[in-house]
Amino acid sequence: MTDKPLTTDPFYPRDRNWHPPALTPGYKTSVSRSPRLPLVALPQSLSDVTGPVFGHDMLGPLDNDLVRNYAGPGQSAIGERIIVHGRVLDENGRGVPGVLVEVWQANAGGRYRHKKDGYLAPLDPNFGGCGRMITDAEGGYEFRTVKPGPYPWPNGPNEWRPSHIHFSVFGHGFAQRLISQMYFEGDPLIPRCPIVRTIPDPAAIDQLVARLDMNRTVPMDALAYRFDIVLRGRRSTMFENRPEGN
Amino acid sequence: MANEPRYLKETPSQTAGPYVHIGCVPSFAGITGVYPEDPGARMVDDSTRGERITIVGQVIDATGTPLRDALVEIWQADAEGLYPSPAEPRGTADPHFTGWGRQPTDAETGLFRFDTIRPGRVPWPDGRLQAPHVNFWIVARGINIGLSTRMYFPDEPAANADDPVLNMIEQESRRETLVARRDGEVFRFDIRLQGERETVFFDI
Repeated sequence: MTDKPLTTDPFYPRDRNWHPPALTPGYKTSVSRSPRLPLVALPQSLSDVTGPVFGHDMLGPLDNDLVRNYAGPGQSAIGERIIVHGRVLDENGRGVPGVLVEVWQANAGGRYRHKKDGYLAPLDPNFGGCGRMITDAEGGYEFRTVKPGPYPWPNGPNEWRPSHIHFSVFGHGFAQRLISQMYFEGDPLIPRCPIVRTIPDPAAIDQLVARLDMNRTVPMDALAYRFDIVLRGRRSTMFENRPEGN
Repeated sequence: MANEPRYLKETPSQTAGPYVHIGCVPSFAGITGVYPEDPGARMVDDSTRGERITIVGQVIDATGTPLRDALVEIWQADAEGLYPSPAEPRGTADPHFTGWGRQPTDAETGLFRFDTIRPGRVPWPDGRLQAPHVNFWIVARGINIGLSTRMYFPDEPAANADDPVLNMIEQESRRETLVARRDGEVFRFDIRLQGERETVFFDI
């Protein structure tokens, strides 16, 4: 193999003021689960800039179709059919290919297929709630699902999560590892949510709000939302850094 | 400002929540038939080179209670100290070793378990060798951004004493929070989120 990427440059430092701090008392569970001592700053080594490769051959044909991937033959999930798409970029604005993007969500009634979820909204026998994809050469990804419903949760006496989809994103280095949540444009529950409000900067919250994308809708079938994801970048990409002839 | 550097901001983190299993280890959530197996479930096969080891532990909160809804990922070098990654510049790692593992903590006991191999030594940027270690990343409900730490081995006192990362931890007494202990046939590595003997977490 001569096309081995050679970049072991470190990723840009994480802006810890952009992310939520560990301790956010408005989100009660964080109080007993947050470290109190400061993080120890560590220069990056190979342990952090390397990561596994995820091949497209690991994917099944319905992995990015939550409307169908748990449904019985000829069946599909109940709810507002939507397409969620976007690109995974680095902080330099370049698309990141080969990223494993995993998503999970509640069904259209706001109920998760999980033994810990006792919300009275019913399960949908044709909806599992998980999906995954690997970004293409330009960092693009796309999946089809139903819009998840909002649901109550026991943080306060009357607290509701806005409609959201969870994202796990695995880029090229273990130090890029990220989990976040995507919200929907116009949802009045977003500014009320204690989990959203763990993020101090309104501009950072806005980065988690997907926008309606009429150009990507499928007429008479599904609405579409656009959601770009940004991973940590570094000085040079593995492709630009490749010596000539390799 | 014409010369203002233009960078995007990293997508801000949000907690993985209590239902992380659905997306990351669906069979643990009882969702089968969508993927052939949970990603990261198997790190080794019959041909993997190196000493087989098992790592078990709990993620423990400020009250001493183990988290029963956490997700733990590890990333480590192969027996020769090579990462199975295209960014590994020194050679090609054992093709029978994935290097990456992902496990939930048990819904009753709070235990996680990884069946893997003992990693070799990996260089520090200045060329010194790091002590053998396993990189950990922990997410859960109540954890707003994934926590990074490392596990070291109790039977490597000389390498640990010279390790550049362990030596960066100001309080010597805290270094031992990163050293697993032998517990019969397994290495036991408990992660304490807060309070007495709080584990050292890194900003990498």
